[in-house]
Amino acid sequence: MTEPLSFELSRPNAPSPRLPDADVSAPGPADLLPRDFLRTHPPDLPRLSEPEIMRHYSRLASLNYSISENFYPLGSCTMKYNPVANEAAAALPGYAGIHPYQDEDSVQGALELMWRLEQALSAVVGVDRVTLQPAAGAHGEWTALRMIQAYHRSRGDSRTEVLVPDSAHGTNPASAALSGFHVVEVKSGADGRISLADLESKLSSRTAALMLTNPNTLGLFEREILDIAELVHATGAMLYYDGANLNAFMGICRPGDMGFDAVHMNLHKTFTTPHGGGGPGAGPVGVKAELEPFLPTPTVERSNGHFELNYKRPRSIGRVRSFYGNFGMLVRAYTYIVAMGGDGLRQASEDAVLSANYLRKLVGEDLEMPHEGPCMHEFVASARNLSHDGVRALDIAKALLDREFYAPTVYFPLVVPEAIMVEPTETESKATLDSFARAIKEIVAEARSNPQALHDEPQKLPVGRLDEVAAARQINAYLQGSSDDPVLRWKRPSNEPC
Amino acid sequence: MPYLVHSPEDRAAMLETVGVQSMEDLLVDIPRSLRMESLDLPRGLSELETMAEISSLAARNRVYPDRLTFRGGGVYRRFIPAAVAAVTSKPEFYTAYTPYQAEASQGTLQAIYEFQTLIAELTALDVANASLYDGATAVAEAAMMAHVHTGRDEVLVAGYVHPEYVEVLRTFSDGRGIKVRTGSEPSQKTAAVIFQQPDFLGLLVDARALTAAAHDAGALAIACVDPISLAILAPPGEYGADIAVGEGQQLGLAASFGGPHVGFIACRKDLVRKLPGRLIGAAHDAQGRRGFVLALAAREQHIRREKATSNICTNHSLCALAASVYMTYMGPEGLRQVAEVSFKRAHALAERLTALPGWELAFPEGQFLNEFPVRVPRSPAVLRKLARKGILGGLDVHRWFRQLKGVLTFTCTEVNDPRALDELVAALEA
Repeated sequence: MTEPLSFELSRPNAPSPRLPDADVSAPGPADLLPRDFLRTHPPDLPRLSEPEIMRHYSRLASLNYSISENFYPLGSCTMKYNPVANEAAAALPGYAGIHPYQDEDSVQGALELMWRLEQALSAVVGVDRVTLQPAAGAHGEWTALRMIQAYHRSRGDSRTEVLVPDSAHGTNPASAALSGFHVVEVKSGADGRISLADLESKLSSRTAALMLTNPNTLGLFEREILDIAELVHATGAMLYYDGANLNAFMGICRPGDMGFDAVHMNLHKTFTTPHGGGGPGAGPVGVKAELEPFLPTPTVERSNGHFELNYKRPRSIGRVRSFYGNFGMLVRAYTYIVAMGGDGLRQASEDAVLSANYLRKLVGEDLEMPHEGPCMHEFVASARNLSHDGVRALDIAKALLDREFYAPTVYFPLVVPEAIMVEPTETESKATLDSFARAIKEIVAEARSNPQALHDEPQKLPVGRLDEVAAARQINAYLQGSSDDPVLRWKRPSNEPC
Repeated sequence: MPYLVHSPEDRAAMLETVGVQSMEDLLVDIPRSLRMESLDLPRGLSELETMAEISSLAARNRVYPDRLTFRGGGVYRRFIPAAVAAVTSKPEFYTAYTPYQAEASQGTLQAIYEFQTLIAELTALDVANASLYDGATAVAEAAMMAHVHTGRDEVLVAGYVHPEYVEVLRTFSDGRGIKVRTGSEPSQKTAAVIFQQPDFLGLLVDARALTAAAHDAGALAIACVDPISLAILAPPGEYGADIAVGEGQQLGLAASFGGPHVGFIACRKDLVRKLPGRLIGAAHDAQGRRGFVLALAAREQHIRREKATSNICTNHSLCALAASVYMTYMGPEGLRQVAEVSFKRAHALAERLTALPGWELAFPEGQFLNEFPVRVPRSPAVLRKLARKGILGGLDVHRWFRQLKGVLTFTCTEVNDPRALDELVAALEA
């Protein structure tokens, strides 16, 4: 089943919604504004009645896989259950209905929630202060790098390089480049962990920071983290923690204790705020005391039981977002933390690690495991063992979709050929993990007996594999002026009336 | 424990399958010196207790009714059709991830493709992206595009652009060695002229003249626009702006203390390859069925890494979905009605406010839509008085602009019914 676009469903004479009249005597825009300020043709928005609109979106919803219905073992993305109580909390009028420019006295509850969330996150990652302003993980990374840059500059030290492991998330080098740094790649060793020798050879007085996630993107804990921290700090550089993998060790250990100076967190991963089909998220950044002066403005401060926004921060990097961040997501994350408590967060991480190791063991019967275990909260398998059958990681991913599982992350990290990165999370039952492992077993058997069938999957979804190459060609043609079809948007056929 | 699924028996069975004795055997790679006994946080609570605590904090915030809220400054009260929440609260939408596996994500992909089309239509530009975080980062991202496109290192902020947007622009620019200048005269060094229509005070700027000045200097014109205003005002594409950006909160999103909302960005087609963030395109499968995919991904961080056009990964899809439902619900006539009712009520209010002794328009020559600056005697006392009567009065903009002492901006939309205007004026006269 596919669903037409709202624009295609649109009918020229569909009734428009009933809205209040102005009920005041005042001139309209055409009476007062200069003619060349006015719009001449109305925007070509769809015209649909409410019943049609609701059915359209219900049908679209039915085309999606989501955690609510499917196991979503997307490595590095921590797709765990999104508690419905979080949604109820964020919808409370006391949160959803407050204006960002109300007087501080009238939003004490909101400021206190932000302050308490900062305390809780500081306790989880082991830092002195946290800014809640960044809107997403990548935004947090960039915020942290800007602070590190400001720190070095404040000491008259113009450091120009940021080191990033070859297994890092793509956002790391992108965030570093956008902060004005030159990116230097550090190699992984044969055991999947950062190569200390390579790191040492690349550290210099030009190094501003090393960006690291731990456990790394292979799901392996960097055992030599304390040595790494010492090496980095010895050159005067800072250590940055990419919090994508924080779900591995809440209550077990803390990045701050490992020597990380700045730590970003994804509330939409570790702290159960929903991903929304690609956001909104929230990417708070925690820092040690030496970076505190550079935190974005405003910070939330408590004095004599009163909460206030502090804008007097002369060394701050400035604002990174309007207002105070994605407040609604902060409410959800804080609600989760209160419900789980310190004991619950620790159990969540333990269960995440246990589930990953359990699934790794089961899947290891059918796919290659390029690195030795145990893993932490996720593992990376390789479909290399199927290459002589002409079957690739992508085929496994698509075949899983036909079996009602969302696919793991594939072809990442880049250091593993035919990578299949699986993160089960703590909110999937043993029975679900068992059925996923059975599906992998079936698919691998099919790869051996009938590989062509796998190339044709998925068959049971609204569409089969989409030809992205042809789409890219058409976009090129449009951008170069040789086609009228923009591909990136719907366009009314020229012979059709609005 | 809430939200956890394993029983002690499950855990024991799983450990046995893995072939280890205890959890400790799985954590052997963590140096002993780093291990914690426990987390320094209170123990978890039942849902009942959790919600009691969260609700008690919420109760310490004062919620002004929509109809008695006259404060805007970038976040506005508008009528939000029930359809919006009914759609965004569908778990198939809100619990899905970024649509990497297109075949299993057609709902999200198509909804965002519709969003891109809606924004492109509204701004009359060629292509819009899948969303950005907010209006402020959208301005900053547009400036970065202009910097890359022109190879120039300065951006010019013309007039009263939202001060927080300018602050964010400065933070972005500092990292990349770009200078942010204020004024209205671009030079040969200027990558872009950035203006807001209507501006932060609610006044209309001469977008055509600013765009022409930018182009004369070889710079791009970046228009930061109010999406609802585009039902009335000439859209950026019509007067030749190269990039349009803006904040989409008014398209069906709650105030929520400033977020999450949604930024949007649209541009001319020759700039599309420099657009930040996600883009959805149409594609076909082997049977010729149309579907939607992440397109032009080669611009993005997960492919291009340090050479990407931006670092954006997670954007604001669900907020973009809300905006799409809102725009689809309204249609062209509904959107125009909302904009016109707001216009008329704001003008009626301006007339009544400036009839109060000592109250005057701060810019008597200025045209506005639904937000306007008034010079008010003893403005702090006025706002306190209104608050006592349960009214959220205008925004004191002196906080950002020294020259605007005593100036409040009042905003009026379709939610401020005529009786609410009466109540506001009566409270001021009392």
